[in-house]
Order: sequence, then structure tokens, then C-alpha cells
Amino acid sequence: MYETTYHRAGSVADAVRMIADAEDGKFLGGGQTLLPTMKQRLAAPSDLVDVTKIPEMKGIREEGGQIVIGAATPHAEVAASDLVKSRLPGLATLAGGIGDPAVRHMGTIGGSIANNDPAADYPAALVGLGATVTTSKRTFSAEDFFIGMFDTALDDDEIVISVSFPAAEKSAYAKYPNPASRYAMAGVFVARHSDGSVRVAVTGAGHYGVFRVDGMEEALASNWSPDAVAGIHVDSGGMLHDVHGSAHYRANLVTVMAKRAVAAAG
Amino acid sequence: MRAVRQVLRQTETGKTGLRRISGTGGTGAFFGRETMAVEGIGARALRKEDKRFITGKGRYTDDIVAPGMGYAAFVRSPHAHARIRSIDSGAASVMPGVDAVLTGDQLVGDGVGNIICGWMIHSKDGSPMKMGGWRALEPEVVRHVGQAVAVVIADTLAQARDAADAVVVDYEELPSVTNAVAALGPDAPQIHPEAEGNLIFDWEIGDEAAVNAAFENAAHVTRMNIQNNRVVPNPMEPRAALADYNSAEEHFTLYTTSQNPHVARLVLSAFYNIAPEHKLRVIAPDVGGGFGAKIYIYPEEMVCLWASKRVNRPVKWACDRTEAFLTDAHGRDHESEAELALDSDNKIIGLRVKTVANLGAYMSLFSSSVPTYLYATLLSGQYNIPAIHANVKAVYTNTTPVDAYRGAGRPEATYLIERMMETAAREVGLSPAEFRRRNFVRSFPHQTPVIMCYDAGDYDATLDAALSAADYDGFAARKAEAASRGKLRGIGLSCYIEACGIAPSAAVGSLGAGVGLWESAEVRVNPVGTIEILTGSHSHGQGHETTFSQLICERFGIDSDSVAIVHGDTDKVQFGMGTYGSRSGAVGMSAIVKALDKVEAKAKKIAAHLMEASEGDIQIEGGELKVAGTDKKLSFTEVALAAYTAHNLPEGMEPGLKEGAFYDPTNFTFPAGTYVCEVEIDPETGKTEIVNFVAADDFGKIINPMIVEGQVHGGLTQGIGQALLESVTYGENGQLLTATYMDYAMPRADDVPSFNLSTHETLCPGNPLGIKGCGEAGAIGSPPAIINAITDAIGNNDLSMPAKPEKVWALYNSTMKQAAE
Repeated sequence: MYETTYHRAGSVADAVRMIADAEDGKFLGGGQTLLPTMKQRLAAPSDLVDVTKIPEMKGIREEGGQIVIGAATPHAEVAASDLVKSRLPGLATLAGGIGDPAVRHMGTIGGSIANNDPAADYPAALVGLGATVTTSKRTFSAEDFFIGMFDTALDDDEIVISVSFPAAEKSAYAKYPNPASRYAMAGVFVARHSDGSVRVAVTGAGHYGVFRVDGMEEALASNWSPDAVAGIHVDSGGMLHDVHGSAHYRANLVTVMAKRAVAAAG
Repeated sequence: MRAVRQVLRQTETGKTGLRRISGTGGTGAFFGRETMAVEGIGARALRKEDKRFITGKGRYTDDIVAPGMGYAAFVRSPHAHARIRSIDSGAASVMPGVDAVLTGDQLVGDGVGNIICGWMIHSKDGSPMKMGGWRALEPEVVRHVGQAVAVVIADTLAQARDAADAVVVDYEELPSVTNAVAALGPDAPQIHPEAEGNLIFDWEIGDEAAVNAAFENAAHVTRMNIQNNRVVPNPMEPRAALADYNSAEEHFTLYTTSQNPHVARLVLSAFYNIAPEHKLRVIAPDVGGGFGAKIYIYPEEMVCLWASKRVNRPVKWACDRTEAFLTDAHGRDHESEAELALDSDNKIIGLRVKTVANLGAYMSLFSSSVPTYLYATLLSGQYNIPAIHANVKAVYTNTTPVDAYRGAGRPEATYLIERMMETAAREVGLSPAEFRRRNFVRSFPHQTPVIMCYDAGDYDATLDAALSAADYDGFAARKAEAASRGKLRGIGLSCYIEACGIAPSAAVGSLGAGVGLWESAEVRVNPVGTIEILTGSHSHGQGHETTFSQLICERFGIDSDSVAIVHGDTDKVQFGMGTYGSRSGAVGMSAIVKALDKVEAKAKKIAAHLMEASEGDIQIEGGELKVAGTDKKLSFTEVALAAYTAHNLPEGMEPGLKEGAFYDPTNFTFPAGTYVCEVEIDPETGKTEIVNFVAADDFGKIINPMIVEGQVHGGLTQGIGQALLESVTYGENGQLLTATYMDYAMPRADDVPSFNLSTHETLCPGNPLGIKGCGEAGAIGSPPAIINAITDAIGNNDLSMPAKPEKVWALYNSTMKQAAE
């Protein structure tokens, strides 16, 4: 690891000022991606601004029919939250299946979505549920927030404050993990809202990160059952391929995981 | 000549009831944890070493600090094959904290020797193996990604790494090849000038004419192409070294992660010219796993010693995980063609094997022995095969060197013969169990056509036990039930045999080994009766402090707390060959038993003298020496003290109570057993779940069943890793694509089932305790059982390891498609 200077921000204003003062600063959430990257000498920020101790970025609450999760909330807290488990069971399952226990107790939702790893789990939930991301400057719809692989709409000095999820009638997440890293090779989040609208969001499989599958959404809107998506295949042209699986195989996994997510949602 | 005794013993994890312990000391007493603290042979004694490991008090090489030490960082080749035009260390050498930037030219200039291979193999034409030079820092041509070309020594690790990044190496990239069969092709790049066409040796074993005749008379021939995938050992603790040169004494101390510190000292001294043996102390402190990868004497450890003298300060190096992937010797990597000839009664009449073994870019210490004498000599399996011929071509490629990894040759042999057995059974329409039974060796000793002479075993016993534990007969019902849930269920067998305790020394010497493979031990009884055992074996996870102590507890009836096991330091232990090849029980403990015999004899003489009794009437029991049939007795402590006060010893007896012994086995030992694997495949994803795994092993005498179970669990898990998950993948231009745990899939707890284990004892007649060894069996026997089960489930035999989900999914789909057409 290269030398770096650690700062602990007490407020959002604090954090923004610290980043502005730094030569090449980075916000630090739970550090579950950034710190290993730094240890491998693949990143060398001059300063780290820890935003996990900022009070307004912590905790889970219900607000105007939305479940609002502070950006510094660790995955384990989301997974264990009675509120999340009752209103968005798919989100609780997803958070409880991220990484390993150490990752879940340190890693945060804000850090995860700001990094936008194409195989991370949270982007599927945000897009699948139609969440809103509130930052230190503005709000984004989930789809506007995620731009591409490791890329978001955030400015360099912009911090995610919270994520608001509309409560869904049904939601579930099914993931096929990479056997080595246990990141998603294909993770599918399905949700049905009370107005009958359906979303299907896929992470891990696509070249550009999270994406929606229109054909599956339409099929499920008229027939909410695993069979409705069993025959719907995504184009393998847009799928990732690596030593763990071809694009063709990943496209198959998207269909299989979609089926299983719908079955799990009931 | 049949095995002496057979005990059917279902092991029950965690049970610590009363048990009968057969004594080497002849006491035959009843012991149990509840009734006595003395835990002898057969007790499930908890591990003495675990307190320090679990509480963070272990002392590993990287924990050790020498005053004023500097840190080493290596400059490594990013290319698989390249000529070095120049190395510019100018900028690096003036960076903060940098002591020196050292290169291969300086290493060669200082007379440091090339890295050796310790086993000479001759090709079938009689020519010696063609070995290219391997320098610890390469000055001219790099031959695999990660090869070291320079080292930086600096005040801190960060400074060393910064400076290593600043060393500018100008490379002329050369064409490279990573696949061994491709490396033998006419257009392959030449890797070493010494080995034309990259062929190191073209070796054979067995009677080719007899095999040809068998095939001419065969009623059925089974043919297969069989690959054994390359894997990375991945001990939990990566390699590390701390080299400390004392210029006043011209003496080196090396702390290092070694399975065999004395062998390291011998090689460093005799071949690398670091220092004469009496000026070089090698200490292998707590070592966190080895699996073979820590047998060898690698460039980095040697460079630390050399650099320590160059910069006149201690030098520390600790490997990071990616460096370990790039430089720890890999395992396996065979491609074979195999043919099995059967007569009309489905008895095997011949086996023909042609194997291409990938040895990587350089010949590591025992690399040549692994695909030859540790492999082809086990191709007979548990079967009576009258004629075997094997041809092995060993090949250089632009990959990390390959050497022994848990099992070392024996897993490759077992995988080949057990895949062949299952396939042949399917082809001739016999149950795989029945086909094996029809061909079992049943009379001992059994001389195979490939050197080995099996001494004892009962292959029917382990097969019967495994089939029964697995409810083999009930499989069809379970398969139907799984199908109702949409799952494909399959079952597979593996009846493995392996050879441990590699020796006798004269025999291995005649086969080309550069060392003898005996072991030494010293038993030091202190004046107050506590005992230190100095052993040449080395524990890096095996639990020797516990199991070796159990021998002493058994013999003298004393508490385990009164015994200390000393190992891993060339200044303390006179000499030893270390631990690998499941040899510490069969060979290391046998040396201790021999030394204990001498101590016991002397103690009895002293006791007899003191109690005015006949030596033959002295019995040792519960920590006391008693005169049989009387109430006369002395405590072990009193006898020890008498030996050291020397006030009243028998006429002419030397004072003291300390004895040493060397033990050279008379034969290999032959652990064997049957493994049954049952899997369920998800046809939609191809993912395999192992739903049941039965292991019925014959390890001979078992000292500590709990530790044996741990060894089997670990071995099976590594076998499952090889069969399902682990896959070293080289990409274009010889880049290692799987050099982190993000891409290299190691087995985790949820990849393995709760194992169903049992042991079935036939004693090894070749050593005093009857031990066969248990360290590698799991890794040797399990891969074929798993692949046999998966191919059974999907109805397609064309499966190579690792059985990644996509591969299984595609094979199943193609089978279904063919069936539909």
C-alpha cells in the first residue's frame, strides 16, 4: 500500500471540504473494495475521507411509503432489519448474500453503489425496485445513477447520502455466484409493485453493469410465474465472458435465475 | 503372509469413551480420557499445538524480527518468454531507504550455484534427462511470468517495492508455449538450448512386448484420453524467509517456511555455495501448511541469504498471494492416452499408458520423480494386472515449474486407472464395484509389473465397507427421487492405492534419488523425567507435537505435558529428511520407536540394578518401573535422576539417559481404500453438489483418530477442489489468468459435504508400529470418484477436470440433444 492520509468526516459538509483540500482524495465507505485495491498498489489516493461516521448517513427508516437506507449502513444491518425483511424481502436476501460476514459487517450500500462493480449485487436491487439515490448535491433515479462498468453519475466531490426504495408487493433476488470470488455471475432481482408494474434487473452478467430485461417484465406483468420467463433469453452479445463462463452460459443463467427469483417471490 | 489383523472400526467424531489401546510398550492397559490423562496410541488426544495457533501465539517466519533488518522486493518478469536486453537499476538504487539493487549477473559472479533437480531420470535410450540452467535471478532469458530478475533491499517493505517498480528492464519478447503437448510440436519455441524440442526425458517402465501381446489377445479394449489439471497448492501461509548473516562469524541463519530444513541446508550448502553446513543454520519455525510446495529450495530464499551477506544486514522477504501463484511449484498437469485390455471374463490383462507431463519452465527439486517413479509405479492400482507399460515424456513449457503437490504422481495414476475402471465397467456392462472386485489383488505380498511390491491390504474390506456406508444398492431409488425434483443424481467409485514412506534409501538411490529417505530421532530424558523428542520430521499442520507425544505416553505411561517435541532447527536436530509423502508416521515415528527401545532398555537396566532385580522382570506401567510379582517400584523420574546423578549405576554404564536412532524403511507403505461419491447436478446450471461422500480407508495403525480424520477431511477437500473448482489457466502470451482468489476457485466449507469416514486396519508389516500413512490419501482417491459420479449423472463420459458448471451443463445438453435426434 502506498502512503495515504486518513480523515474522518463528522458531517457531509466536512467530507466535501476534506475532499476539496486533498490532492487526490477518495471517499472511504466500508473499504471492502478500495482497501484491497490499495493493498495491491492498484490505487494510490493521497487522502482517504471516511464518511461512515456521518450521523445522517446511517440507519434504516420508513418515510412516506419508502424504505430509506443511509449510505453508510452496512450490508449486515440491511439483511437483519425487520423493516426491510417485512417490506422488501428480496433486498434483505440480497444484502445477506453479499461477500462474506466480514464484508457484510464493514461494506456499505453507499460504497457499493458508488463503486458500481458490474458484478455487485446492490445495483440489481436499486434498478429492480426503482430506487432513488440522494447525494450531497441532488437525487437520481437508479437507472440514471448507474452509467456503466465502475462508472456512476457522481461527481468526484459528490457523496451518496441515502437510497430510497419504494415498498414492493413482491420482491426476490436469485444469484448464481462466481465459484472463486462469489460475486454474481448472474444476479436477477424481480419486483412487482401494487400498481401491477414489474421490474427485472440483472447484475453480474452484462458488459455494462446492471440492466433491465423488457421482455421478461412484460411477460411477468401479464403472468407472474416462473414459466412466464422460462422461454425468454437475453442476447448473449451483451454478456460478459471470462474464465468462469462464456457469454452464452451467462445468458442462460439470466433466464434460470429470473425463473428462480420469481419462484422465490411467490 | 496375509495381513496380520483386521479391525473394523467405524470412527465416531468427538467420541472419547474408554478404548482398548494395544501397546507398543506391551502394557495393553485400558485408557480413556475420562479416566486417565495419559493419552497413548489410539486416543483422540486434542492437539497440544492448537492453543498457540488458535490464540495467535504461533511464531511464523514473518513474525520474526531481526535487529536492523531490511526488506526484499523482487523484480519479476511480466513476460512468459523474453530475452533481457538490459536492466537499469540507476533510478531505483538512489531511492529513499534503498540499500542495494542486485541482479543475476552479480549472483552468478559471486559463484552462487544454479538451482538443482534432486532426482536423475534416464530416457529409454539411456540418455540422462536434459536439464536447462535455472538461476535464482535470471540475467539473460526469462522463461515464465513472475520469474525474478532482480531484488531490491531497502529499509522498509514499501521502499523496497517502490524501488522494485522503478527498476527498468528492457525485454525482447519471444514466442511462448504453455501447453505441454503443444510444446512438443514442430513449431513450438525452444525454451532451453539443452532440451531439444523441449523434451526433458522420454522415459518408460514395464514390459512393452508383454503389453502388446495382451492387447492382441484382448476380448475388449477401453481407450480414453485423460487430463489431470494443473493446480496451485495454496498453503495458508505464503512462503517467507529471514536471512541473517553474521560477518564476524561468517555464519548464516535462515528462518524459512520449509517442510525440510535439513534438506534445505544441505542443498544451500552443497550446491548453491552459500556456506558450509556448520556455518548455516536453517530454522523452519511454525509453518502454516505446505502440501509439497514448501519442500523445495526456491530462488527467493536463496537470494535472501546471498543478499544478507552482500548488504551485511538481515533480509526479510514475505511472499504475497499473487507471487505465490506465480512462483510456488504447481502440481499435476498431465495429458495421457490410456488403454485397458480385458479378457473374456472381464479380467484385466494389460494396461498401456502414454503420458505427457508438463514440468514448467525449470526442473524443480523433485519434479522429475513425480511423473515417473511416483506415478507410473502406481498404475496397477488395487488390481492384478499382469502386463503394464507406461511411457512418460516430460516437457518444458513457459509456465511456473511443476513439482510434488499433495499426492504427487499418485493422484495422477489413481485418476487415470480409476476413470478407466469405471469406464470399462460401463462398457462391458458390469457394475463398477463388481468389475473392480473381479480384478482385486488378494494375496500378499503382491509384485506388480511396475516395481511396487504391495505388502498388506484387504481391498474387499474397504470396498464392502464403503458400499455399505453409501447404501450403494439403494442408489436407484435415490436417483428416481432426485429426478422428481429435477436433479440428475450420479454415483461414482474410486478404489485407490498409494505408496507412502518413500524408501528404502538404497532403492530410491538406485532409481535416481539424490538423497536417502530415512529419518532420525533422538530421545532426551531430562534428569527430572521429562522428555524431549528431537525429530527430523517437520510439522506444518500435521499435529506432530500431539501424535509423537502419544508414542511416549504409551511407552512410559507418563502425561503428555511431560513431553516436548523439538523439530525444525538444524542446530537442534542433528539431521532429518523432513515431512512430505505421508512419511512422518511410517518413517519419522519408526525412528522415534527405535530410540525409545534403547531408552527403555537402559532405564530397565538402571531400575533392575537399583531394585536388585533381574532386568527381565522390570515392567513399565503408569509412569513407574516395577518388579513383576512384587511391590517394588521406582518412578520414571527416580530412574531418570539416577541416570544423571550416576551415583549408583550398573558397572560400566555411561551416565545419562539419551538415545538416538536412524530408521530406514524396508519398503514403501501402501495405504488403500474405497471412496464413493454421490452427486446431484442442477441441469439448468450444470452445478454439482456432492450430496454424499464415503471414505473407507486402510491407513494401518492409527495413532490419533481425530487427527487422521482431519487429514482425510483436508485431503478430500483438496481433491474436491481439483475435481470441481481449481483450474490454473494461462492466457495468450503465457499470462497466468488465475493469479488471485478472485479467479482461482479454492474449495470452501459450503463446497464440501459432511464426510462419512471409516478406517479398516491391516497393519503394515514393514515398520514397528504398522503405520501406512494418511496425509495424502484423500487428495489421491477422491477426484476420480467425483468425476465418475458426474459422468454417471449426465450420461456423458467426455468430462475433464475441473468439472466446471458450464462444462457439465454443455455436456448434458449435448447428450440430451443427441438422444432427441
